[in-house]
Amino acid sequence: MPEETKSPTPPPSGEPQPAAGEPIPGSVQSSPDKPAASAMPAKTAEAPPKPTGAAAVPWESAMISRLRAQHGSGIEANSYLGQNYIVANSSLLPEMLRVLRDQEEFDYCVDITAVHYPDREKQFEVIWILYSFPLNERIRVKAAYADGESVPSVVAIWPAANWLERETYDMFGIRFEGHPDLKRILLPDDWKGYPLRKDYGIIQQDQEWVQINLGIESGQ
Amino acid sequence: MTDRTSHLELEQHEKTFLDSNELIINMGPQHPATHGVLRVILKLDGEKVLGTECVIGYLHRGVEKIAEHRTYTMFNPYVDRMDYVAAVSNGLGYCEAVEKLLNIQAPPRANYIRVILTELNRLASHMLWLGTHALDIGAITPLFYTFRDREEILKIFEKYCGARLTTHAFRIGGCSYETYEGFEREVEKFIKFVTPKIDEYEELLTTNRIWIERTKDVGKISAKECIALGVSGPVLRASGVKWDLRKAQPYAAYADFDFDIPVGQNGDTFDRYMVRMHEMRQSLRIIEQAVGKIPSGPIMAKVAKVMKPPVGEIYHSIEAPKGELGFFIVSDGSTQPYRVRVRPPSFVNLQALDMMVRGALVADVIAVIGTLDIVLGEVDR
Repeated sequence: MPEETKSPTPPPSGEPQPAAGEPIPGSVQSSPDKPAASAMPAKTAEAPPKPTGAAAVPWESAMISRLRAQHGSGIEANSYLGQNYIVANSSLLPEMLRVLRDQEEFDYCVDITAVHYPDREKQFEVIWILYSFPLNERIRVKAAYADGESVPSVVAIWPAANWLERETYDMFGIRFEGHPDLKRILLPDDWKGYPLRKDYGIIQQDQEWVQINLGIESGQ
Repeated sequence: MTDRTSHLELEQHEKTFLDSNELIINMGPQHPATHGVLRVILKLDGEKVLGTECVIGYLHRGVEKIAEHRTYTMFNPYVDRMDYVAAVSNGLGYCEAVEKLLNIQAPPRANYIRVILTELNRLASHMLWLGTHALDIGAITPLFYTFRDREEILKIFEKYCGARLTTHAFRIGGCSYETYEGFEREVEKFIKFVTPKIDEYEELLTTNRIWIERTKDVGKISAKECIALGVSGPVLRASGVKWDLRKAQPYAAYADFDFDIPVGQNGDTFDRYMVRMHEMRQSLRIIEQAVGKIPSGPIMAKVAKVMKPPVGEIYHSIEAPKGELGFFIVSDGSTQPYRVRVRPPSFVNLQALDMMVRGALVADVIAVIGTLDIVLGEVDR
């Protein structure tokens, strides 16, 4: 019965391998640096105005002063395109998040997610997107974590974090300390690797699977 | 009892009759009332639900990973396939998020067309919800009525952009297509056609005794619990929180229109039904106002053919028919997004299922899944 399928081994993380930005050897994927450009006719009509990239500006408010007074330095508050965010030292969490809910009225945890930056020393940036019903305001809190370092769970602060943290774990392999039931949520339990890491090649994964299970060179 | 009966046997005998009889059963993944491929593991004591666990991911396609390998424009059609009954809303959320990242704005005409189509889509989504939800509970007729009337909306979509469900109606910077000849007239005709139909649906259900018994006080959730669990959309409003992103943080052209936010009080299945019914009427109100005064002008802002948003990140969310649909996009300055995170309302709302059905009956689980209005394409992405 073809039910038993072997899952291909994931690309070993840490090994030199194509980063997401580079073409995977043997694949037809075009270089992501200029895929659209090469597909375009060489000269397009008049160049439209370049997007006016507003730079991030420091964001000062009464709340930030209060947070600074409480937690000292290690808080960097900026605003980009009108959206406020705080970059916090990971040692301040989860206490600062609790303060945000209890004292600053950020009672709604909209989303928790992460971004992988393989070149940085602390590879993962975990992001908490919060909303306050009384203030009708949104903020993002960001903190950097190294690979293997565990992130404090905020399920005790916002129960909504439960599945959101599970998904972040599923996709990035970031462990949340104190989560009541940290396991994969979207992928099967026996899945190998963490797909949203930049070193996880999708084409590689697909080719290995068809080679092992179907005995053909490539499914692409 | 004879002396042949051992002590052990007696104990077993007693257990069968006096102790609880806990049972773990699977509902789904292939079950007509789970609205797709949702598997719920139920822990039961007779008919009573002691606990649930949702097993999801059957429709996981790795949309967020795909986004990292596509340009901003190429990723646009993919978002339609998440909440496939409200593809227009998804497109609006994504396009607006990228526009914000590029720091451009869609022209007013495009915004009006966007509002009209998105609200039509909200109606279509709510109609589909009503038909299937009523069917789950045992009322078969509404399904035929709602599907018949939803068809009229899909016809307008088809005439506008050629597709009925996965519409890809909008482009980053505006709209792909100009409205067709007679678009306004047809939309106005549709409003006249559908207004009495909504009353008709209500006549079938609102005072129906079976409907009331199956929905009143079923799957109750309080406002406080909703907020703690991150629930948004009609489910949150039915618990009494008057919060709608179209009003709280207006986007597109919503600030120009006059409409109410219907709210419930009890947070039960019946209130959620009423909230959605009123929302359909409010959507018609918005469409009516918008279609009468679509401004003239271009439908596209000036957008570079090769989009390279400056390095930075943005979170933008809209009020989709299911709740808050958010896009968190990180740009590294190249033509492809560095990371796209979708905040799906169905996924977060589904989390509340366990709390809502604990202590209820198995039949109520069906009602609650229906009332949460989840689309598994969006839950799993």
